[in-house]
Amino acid sequence: MDIPRYWRLRNQRYRLEGTECIECGQRNFPPRCICPHCKSDSLKSFRFSGRGTVYSFSTIYQALDTFDKDIPYSIALVKLDEGPLITTQLADVGPDEIQIGQPVEMVIRKIYEDGENGPIQYGYKFRPALKE
Amino acid sequence: MSKIMKPIRKTGIIGYGAYIPKYRLPASEISNLWRDGQDKDFLPIKQKSVPGPDEDTITMSIEASQNALKRAGTDPQKIRAVWVGSESHPYAVKPSGTVVSQILGIVPDTVAGDFEFACKAGTEAIQAATAFVGSGMGEYALAVGMDTAQGKPGDALEYTAAAGGAAFIMGPAEEAVAVLEGSYSYVTDTPDFFRRAHQKYPEHGNRFTGDLAYFHHIFNAVTTLMEELNLQTSDFAQAVFHQPNVKFPRKKAKDLNFTAKQIKEGLLVDFVGNTYAGASVLGFTAALDKANPGDRILLASFGSGAGSDAFSFIVTDKIEKVRDRAPSTRSYVHREEKIEYARYARWRNKIVMH
Repeated sequence: MDIPRYWRLRNQRYRLEGTECIECGQRNFPPRCICPHCKSDSLKSFRFSGRGTVYSFSTIYQALDTFDKDIPYSIALVKLDEGPLITTQLADVGPDEIQIGQPVEMVIRKIYEDGENGPIQYGYKFRPALKE
Repeated sequence: MSKIMKPIRKTGIIGYGAYIPKYRLPASEISNLWRDGQDKDFLPIKQKSVPGPDEDTITMSIEASQNALKRAGTDPQKIRAVWVGSESHPYAVKPSGTVVSQILGIVPDTVAGDFEFACKAGTEAIQAATAFVGSGMGEYALAVGMDTAQGKPGDALEYTAAAGGAAFIMGPAEEAVAVLEGSYSYVTDTPDFFRRAHQKYPEHGNRFTGDLAYFHHIFNAVTTLMEELNLQTSDFAQAVFHQPNVKFPRKKAKDLNFTAKQIKEGLLVDFVGNTYAGASVLGFTAALDKANPGDRILLASFGSGAGSDAFSFIVTDKIEKVRDRAPSTRSYVHREEKIEYARYARWRNKIVMH
């Protein structure tokens, strides 16, 4: 059961909330207690825009049982517009459609279901940015 | 006795948003598998939307609500009620509304709960949100109609049972893009369609589904609304009906003397299927996308069990400013990737592994 962990991290997973250093302005995701850039402990919560580009990616064909329904699926390093590089699963895109540098945007999706009786865990994934 | 429902304080839609998943299953795939194509010339729709393996009513409600918030420009903290109408809530016990509220930043000063009334759970939520705002209990309320509908393999409903819906932020008329002129709901106990507890797929009461259910309830809801508001069909620029297939809303519109032009923009079922609690409200967002200030729009849902909610909204000039703040409904309709029956069966848990 991941209930306590997911509850504790819900604003991070649901809202892409990280931290911004009050001293040097560095933005971090996941949130930090000490700024890795200037070592200050003066940090405030910062919500990222959820926009970025694909830095690199890989496609998974053999997964844990939990993610069986999703395979093949791709995970990516996404460079957020505000700076940090984060690891994320990609949504709504086949392995052949992803390109390095592609603009992506955050969406909320099911991450996994904890069996038939457990909780459904939701969180951020990224998909190719919608075109109007 | 006046039958029309109007809040004490004038109320309207401050923001609206749609969501439709990317994937489409052509009806011909179902026909080929289960009927050897025998019914290929009589298919109820061209294709239906299918949720991705990581989508459900909660995730889709979030995106539609985010679009509604973008258009409304409202501080989420001022939203005091979140009601999600669906017959496919992911949990039997645990509100979809709490997850939606947390992710949108609405918590904790809010009420949050789920509605269920088959395909009219979304408009039921709109009625409640209107009353909540109109009585002064809160400044703004969020109402969602959204479904990932279930269709039994090989059943007639499998052709159409689809996924998608829309969200609406109700608020004071002064800020509204569409002001509610009045609403009326018509409800009876009619066993046209139902799903028992713990059952995976719904059942339909065959001959009850047409005349005694869909047509009877929408007819009474719409004619009473128009009589009470002293309106004619020609007073409406657009009309949107619940759309379980292409035939039903077209026939209903004709019976009520609405023209093909009046229902054109809001009729999406041929491209995305029947999104159940999302169907009429999704069509309504497409109508709002094309509406002009001063237009009057009719919205009439139908929910099995059975009932119909009818609304008359008048569009204001504010719509021009907010329309482009979020993706149009048609942009979601056009965002499509066709899939084959096998992938649909795998994603929708139709292959039993144990």
